[in-house]
Amino acid sequence: MLIHVKLSALRRTKAHEYLVRFLLGGAACLATGWIAQQYGPVIGGLFLAFPAIFPASATLVEHHEREKKARAGITRTSRGRLSAALDARGASMGALALIAFAITVWKGLPGHQVAAVLMAALALWTAVAITTWRLRRLHTRYWTRQGSKPLR
Amino acid sequence: MQWVIRFFAGGAIISLFATLSDVLKPKGFAGLFAAAPSVALVTLALTFVNEGKEFASIEARSMIFGALASVIYGIVCVYLMGVRRTKASPAALGGLAVWGLVAWSLWAIFLK
Repeated sequence: MLIHVKLSALRRTKAHEYLVRFLLGGAACLATGWIAQQYGPVIGGLFLAFPAIFPASATLVEHHEREKKARAGITRTSRGRLSAALDARGASMGALALIAFAITVWKGLPGHQVAAVLMAALALWTAVAITTWRLRRLHTRYWTRQGSKPLR
Repeated sequence: MQWVIRFFAGGAIISLFATLSDVLKPKGFAGLFAAAPSVALVTLALTFVNEGKEFASIEARSMIFGALASVIYGIVCVYLMGVRRTKASPAALGGLAVWGLVAWSLWAIFLK
């Protein structure tokens, strides 16, 4: 399946769900800043990659998929849970790309402009995340062609 | 004042990446944005302004280990939801204990 944008998905998210994300995001940034100030940059830095809003977004994904199936008259379905698992798999690959982001900032900051380093790190995060995702798809396709069943 | 900026900038950038994750298909690809460096971008930029480059650089070095813990957290969530058939919220919230344990272990081994 090709990567595409589905704007109609925006209508499925309710106003209070957007608000929860905003508040959680703000709270996560406050907490990270506070931890770094109280316990120093070594401990604080660990929390820069803390999956703060993942539990909320995974629950939302599961809920939306279950609602979609319920509208189609299917009440018992594992689709929501499996969609959340797919989301988690993507998040795991995104987290792998965070390592590249962090190394770029760590090595780049001392000698270069902050804005340039952060932009370069973000570009590298995007490239590594997409490459990892594509490699995983190629790997699955290869094994499917060899006759193996894809992992559940 | 910096805390107010931190809160609103953090909320805005995290909402932006979460919205991107909503509209992008397929779902596995959209999941990448659940681990976008949104908290890191805001925090590192504000840390540089308030504490300087060296402080931000040390934070980034520690972030490598936090990210490694997040990779393992994601794998645990996939296992719990995909194989053990656990619902999303207990799996994702329970998995945070794994994140904490892995991050603490990595800190104790490499950073302490």
